[in-house]
Amino acid sequence: MTRRLRVLYFAWLREKTGTRMQEIDLPADITTPRALAMHLASLSAGHKAAFENLARIKLAINQQHAGLDDPLTDAHEIAFFPPVTGG
Amino acid sequence: MAHIKIQEEPFDQAAEEARLRNGRSDIGAIVTFKGTVRGSEAGGEIAAITLEHYPGMTARELERIATEAEARWPLKGVAIIHRIGRLAAGDDIVLVITASQSRHAAFEAASFLMDWLKTTAPFWKSEETREGTRWVEARASDDDAAARWKR
Repeated sequence: MTRRLRVLYFAWLREKTGTRMQEIDLPADITTPRALAMHLASLSAGHKAAFENLARIKLAINQQHAGLDDPLTDAHEIAFFPPVTGG
Repeated sequence: MAHIKIQEEPFDQAAEEARLRNGRSDIGAIVTFKGTVRGSEAGGEIAAITLEHYPGMTARELERIATEAEARWPLKGVAIIHRIGRLAAGDDIVLVITASQSRHAAFEAASFLMDWLKTTAPFWKSEETREGTRWVEARASDDDAAARWKR
């Protein structure tokens, strides 16, 4: 059983991965953003560089802030980004 | 209901304050915070910044923090306007306006809104320097400022 998931990247994660958005089939054994990040890191050298240090990365599930070990159960969109710097 | 806008174009502070006042006579205090682009950072010159954001999430997140402010203080009105795109040194970036019956609530709510906006609203700045363009790093002092409001 796989599920479609939209993955978004912002700021230097967008630059390193070379993509703003990609759709992936979420493997059933990936249940957290942490596991997903490790899976995404294997996609390209750019992705590997982007996910090199998870401590520098924040994320949102379905457009709400979430943590690396939160469940992906109801996720249809996930975004990875650096700590925010607006204002 | 807060007035939230994310836009490339400049904002008109007087017009936004007038919109918030909207002929009401129960407002005794309006606090306006305006953030602008600094022309230097750690001694280095900054020509401009570019603001990227997460369309879809940004307005929702700003509404969330405005709702939180309205729950904590007796506010008569809240406006948050944030610009995106390329902004030159000296340009306005963000406008936060709070209106209340008296000043304490308006001051505190405006401070709270900016502290939370800086640590939760999905915006990212890059800076144009003499050496090239670089992403702005989040500051621990902003996290500390936001933590003051935890409860």
